Amino acid sequence: MRMENGSRSRRVVLDATGLKRALARIAHEILERNKSAAELVVIGIRSRGDILARRLAAEIGRLEGAEVPCGAMDVTLYRDDISRGADQALVQITDIPWEIDGRVVLLVDDVLYTGRTVRAALDALMDFGRPRAIQLAVLVDRGHRELPIRPDYVGKNLPTHREELVAVDLQESEGHDEVALILNGELNGGGGR
Amino acid sequence: MSMLFERPHLLGLEGLSAEEIGFLLDTAETFKEVSDREIKKVPALRGRTIVNLFFEDSTRTRTSFEIAAKRLSADTINLTAKASSVSKGETLADTARNLAAMRPDAIVVRHPASGAPELLARHVNCPIINAGDGAHEHPTQALLDLLTIREHKGRLDGLTVAIVGDILHSRVARSNLHALRACGARVRLVGPPTLVPRDFALFGAELVHDLHEGVRDVDVIMMLRIQHERMNGRYFSSLAEYSRLYGLTVDAVALARKDVIILHPGPINRGVEISSTVADGPYSVIMDQVTNGVAVRMATLYVLVGRRRLPEVQTTPAGSGIDSTARGMVAGE
Repeated sequence: MRMENGSRSRRVVLDATGLKRALARIAHEILERNKSAAELVVIGIRSRGDILARRLAAEIGRLEGAEVPCGAMDVTLYRDDISRGADQALVQITDIPWEIDGRVVLLVDDVLYTGRTVRAALDALMDFGRPRAIQLAVLVDRGHRELPIRPDYVGKNLPTHREELVAVDLQESEGHDEVALILNGELNGGGGR
Repeated sequence: MSMLFERPHLLGLEGLSAEEIGFLLDTAETFKEVSDREIKKVPALRGRTIVNLFFEDSTRTRTSFEIAAKRLSADTINLTAKASSVSKGETLADTARNLAAMRPDAIVVRHPASGAPELLARHVNCPIINAGDGAHEHPTQALLDLLTIREHKGRLDGLTVAIVGDILHSRVARSNLHALRACGARVRLVGPPTLVPRDFALFGAELVHDLHEGVRDVDVIMMLRIQHERMNGRYFSSLAEYSRLYGLTVDAVALARKDVIILHPGPINRGVEISSTVADGPYSVIMDQVTNGVAVRMATLYVLVGRRRLPEVQTTPAGSGIDSTARGMVAGE
């Protein structure tokens, strides 16, 4: 765990239980709106959106008693800010093993911020087919949109300043579930925007 | 965090670390998926211009680079020596300066003279990718060979690789030797003494002049193309005799490990350096090499060209992104 020090403060905004409840609620909302999971394909945006997508697909599958297809995409190649020189991360594999034509794609990401990642994901999805509809689920909506994009399902609305960072730690990647708001901080690990 | 490839150009593989090579191979592995899509195109290099400058004939390497660039949405221009003003006496440096004035985002160059890409790199302000220079290096070919080997064997470290044929004149052999050694593989160079320079032992290669001894218990056999024009008696008495002594047959393959794979950079001289039975047999991964060639060239173009875009102002600390790129460009190693 990270310690607070003079120059940065860390406030937990979702603990493990809260995160679990938020995903369970989103799963119910998805089913309520779509009536069933029959046409659903869940696709997470790497990294962390794919982890949340797997959890959501499992939860929806459990409620429906059916397997819900789940994939992952890396949208780096579709971004409008592809390279930042010093920050050249490895592009990860995009894995969408299902036809998305005519289906409802549930796009999943951890934090919705400027909307640019989602814009890139929408472009990428169009290259894979023509879904009947695309819906967006995010764990945290922190505001500050720069594009006309809005989420359909939100785990937590979190008003933030631009200087703050939202750190999403997940069991699968960091060993524990927690969402925290960090002020003037630098991230040691975990995802943040 | 992520591995970085900070070099401004890809002039050769000599001196690259296992991490740098691994980063390019990992990136290439991801890009393979793009070629499996129905729409085989991503917008990563949209609006960028890649010049393919070829002073030597090469259908497959040029095509591979062109497909790679197009799958990244870059525009490509092909210039071949015959069609350009090179035949009118313009020097390479002049050609380079003229090309640079047209503001390409990268130049892919093949040239019969060793060191030509390096010379070009000193005169232009964009990434240079060596697509084969003389008997010096052919880095993307070796990268695709390594990717193919890694895919089939799951690793490079600890493997034994026999490279068989005209080592002396082969840029493919040189690039592979450097990269395989960097990644922890053992390399045997196999061929007649006239075609296997003794100096190569300095790079950690084992030199073997008998084919059967050379391929014994190896994990990988990499055959090189024999250039007929070299078989004029100066390096070897006749093509037939070379083929009898160094042509890869089923009998020779049987001496290697049971799970051996056989590579060849193409185009194949059937019945000369490799028998048709072997080239089309179960151990042959030659077609995988061709597929991987596109992925490796996509990765190279993406890594070298993609990062030249200006950094995102709001999140990049002052001085990190632009400066390192700019410095690299000027240094032009």
